[in-house]
Amino acid sequence: MSFNKPKFAHPRLPKNEAGYTRKYYEGSLSTLCAGCGHDSISAAIVDACFEMNIEPHKVAKLSGIGCSSKTPAYYLSNSHGFNSVHGRMPSVTTGANLANRSLTYLGVSGDGDTASIGMGQFIHAVRRNLNMTYIVMNNGCYGLTKGQDSATADYGSVSKSGHMNTFEGIDLCALAIQLGATYVAQSFSGDKHQLIPLIKGALAHSGFSFINVVSPCVTFNNNQGSTKSYDYVREHNEAVSSLDFVPVKEEISASYEHSVVTPIEMHDGSVMQFHKLSPKWNPEDKLSVLSALITAKDKFEILTGLLYFDKESKELHEMLNTTDTPLNQLTEKELNPGNEILSKINASHR
Amino acid sequence: MGRTCDRPCEPACRRGRVEEEPVAICRLKRVAADFKDDITHLLPDIPKIKNGKKIALIGGGPASLTVARDLAPLGYEIHLYDNHNKGGGMMRSQIPAFRLPAEVLDQEVNYVLDMDIVTHFNTYVKSLASVLDQGYDAVFVGTGAPKGKNLEIPGRNEGGSNIHIGIEWLASVAFEHTSSIGKRVIVLGGGNTAMDCCRTSRRLGGEDVKVVVRSPFSEMKASPWEKEDAMHEDIPILDNHVPKSFVVENGRLQGMMFEKVQAVYKDGKRKLVPTGEAEVFIPADDVIIAVGQENKFEWIERDLGVEFDKWDMPVINSTSFASTRPGVFFGGDAALGPKNVITAVAQGHQAAVSIDLYCNGQDVNDRPAPNVKLFSTKMGIHEWSYDNDVTVDQRYIVPQADKSITLRDRKKEVELGFDLKTAFKEAQRCLNCDVQTVFTEINCIECDACMDICPTNCITFTQNEDDENDLRMKLLVPAINNTQDILVSDSLKTGRVMVKDEDMCLHCGLCAERCPTSAWDMKQFTYNTAKAGSLSFV
Repeated sequence: MSFNKPKFAHPRLPKNEAGYTRKYYEGSLSTLCAGCGHDSISAAIVDACFEMNIEPHKVAKLSGIGCSSKTPAYYLSNSHGFNSVHGRMPSVTTGANLANRSLTYLGVSGDGDTASIGMGQFIHAVRRNLNMTYIVMNNGCYGLTKGQDSATADYGSVSKSGHMNTFEGIDLCALAIQLGATYVAQSFSGDKHQLIPLIKGALAHSGFSFINVVSPCVTFNNNQGSTKSYDYVREHNEAVSSLDFVPVKEEISASYEHSVVTPIEMHDGSVMQFHKLSPKWNPEDKLSVLSALITAKDKFEILTGLLYFDKESKELHEMLNTTDTPLNQLTEKELNPGNEILSKINASHR
Repeated sequence: MGRTCDRPCEPACRRGRVEEEPVAICRLKRVAADFKDDITHLLPDIPKIKNGKKIALIGGGPASLTVARDLAPLGYEIHLYDNHNKGGGMMRSQIPAFRLPAEVLDQEVNYVLDMDIVTHFNTYVKSLASVLDQGYDAVFVGTGAPKGKNLEIPGRNEGGSNIHIGIEWLASVAFEHTSSIGKRVIVLGGGNTAMDCCRTSRRLGGEDVKVVVRSPFSEMKASPWEKEDAMHEDIPILDNHVPKSFVVENGRLQGMMFEKVQAVYKDGKRKLVPTGEAEVFIPADDVIIAVGQENKFEWIERDLGVEFDKWDMPVINSTSFASTRPGVFFGGDAALGPKNVITAVAQGHQAAVSIDLYCNGQDVNDRPAPNVKLFSTKMGIHEWSYDNDVTVDQRYIVPQADKSITLRDRKKEVELGFDLKTAFKEAQRCLNCDVQTVFTEINCIECDACMDICPTNCITFTQNEDDENDLRMKLLVPAINNTQDILVSDSLKTGRVMVKDEDMCLHCGLCAERCPTSAWDMKQFTYNTAKAGSLSFV
């Protein structure tokens, strides 16, 4: 009997431009249930970071409590990590980001960790446009405590025990758009083809990037009647856009038929090829996106793809006008410039 | 016995794909043999009352012994003829005792001979007709390739007394007619016989022993480990030297002249082209010619119905090993030309099946199917009935006896074999080819868990392609080993297919472990080739 991941890798495993193989971005063996959607999201994070040539030691991965918040152990073993208190990941990330703006911040959370205990934290990170990627692994139930409905369980969704949810489910994407998130996407753990470019775009975006990923709980919420099961999501998935992420310096070559292609330039110079698959809404217009979300809900559709994007995003550091040097690298010399400068500052206020 | 095998299994071992070296399968077999208890009670019972059929086996080597061990338990009366005083054939006469000790050989040969085999040793069969006249129900010819090839170049006759034919010389050493050789020896040839000749020379007084071969080193026929062992015994191997003449002065051999060549490849064919350099003289007291072996069938009368082809080789069916005369079968080097011991054994098994069919009035071309089984190894959560842990250990080296001892004693076995502890560790390197990853489309919910977990990225869910090569190239890691089939599932719910490249699979079972719906299962596959007697009418 053994449940160890063999140390062997494929001998012809390719290396990325940073000189690492995909294996280097992996973590330890998952202890989540077999078939958990969260594991697919972990794998998508690994792929996105590998393909973007991100150096793992320049990433901080943070999480709260729950099945989803266990996942940072399963990817990016060579990155910084912080497993915080339940629902407190946004505050810890805010603190870390203020202290060192040079890292890439990747927070993962669940529907309970975000929409219940962490709601108060979540909304403030959003409205501050904190420069981070926030991924919710949303399975609509509390998997760690045997599958009770969570705050994102849809109205009418039937749990494994046969009970129908009579409360309104929180639409995290709509909420994030209302509160000023500047990159909002929705996806499905079972569709890496869509999810990986979304994660890449989120990591490249400067400002609060939010991705709500429907991630079936195979043990407690993959039954008939559930609106977050593999089968239900596959049947009701309405892709409104698709993305090709084009890193800096690479030529744009991809093209889709039957769609409007809009190149979106990111702050770091990379480009997202945005394929708008539905003519009815404009991803840069909050009102049209929110209306599309509400309409979809009525039609039992799950809109996936990049929903909203703000070109003019100004992240927290820009709004606070902080120094370009990470605060944790400022020495006494910069922080205490001496009596002469202090006198000048004081004089300017008189 | 795990000593003399040519190891065709090891290049096929998948361990050699994920890292450098395959599992030491051959040496592990030796461990099993070395550490066995008394096994006689496990051997098949030999019926006291025979089935009334008499079979003659000509030659006492590995092919004949295999036929004997397969047929004797079925009640056949077996008569084995050999010109030596013991069984074993070329394993005794050609494989030196430092590779295969006589005690080991005797034990193994006797396991077979003790199956009520009637032996006719010291009997050279001069005529097949005389054997057929004795009323045998079937005759098996396992006479090997007993004639060493000669090299007819200038000086061959004049220097004759110091020029030896490899296999004849080895046999004469084995039967203790020869006990010494000159100090300077040239061995011509690049096969395993050449390696045995040069290493034996070192033990009989040869101090300056050289192997000289026509082809480049990398293309020599000898097994790599045999070359290594020879070089370890301070025997240089000079490649790209074509022998031109023997130099004889005053009736005594002085050495040989060689032309230097280089290999030129054109249209996949090799040609040895002279480099134009002056011929090289290499001094020698003795030369051993080990450039190949040939069959010798002058004892088979040509009017018996056993047809021979234009190369004077018998016409043999390569599946049934039947000759053109019903009831006469061939096997081993005698059948399809010189190969190796394990091939002779394989052919012996097939010939035994044929003889059994023939003696029961069945068609020898109607081959019995192999016995196969496939069953799940799942015992519970995280629990399999096979050892699925994968170690990263590199191949362990088999210890050898010190050169200072082995070179003094021709009969001292060089390889000491693994001890049990090392053998266990070596066996742990096995990647369980017998345990198959079996995929059931209908159960798959496409959660991608198997694709994500696979440590060697063997599994890809993707859109199918019309051209297999296109599909191979779009896998997570392109499947460029075209000799290894890929597994493509039926279309799944989303229209994608599951593609598995078996090439680098570790059979660790993680795909099945992480599958929520048991779409993957680890199933053990057993394959037993049909042996004589596994037939319905027996």
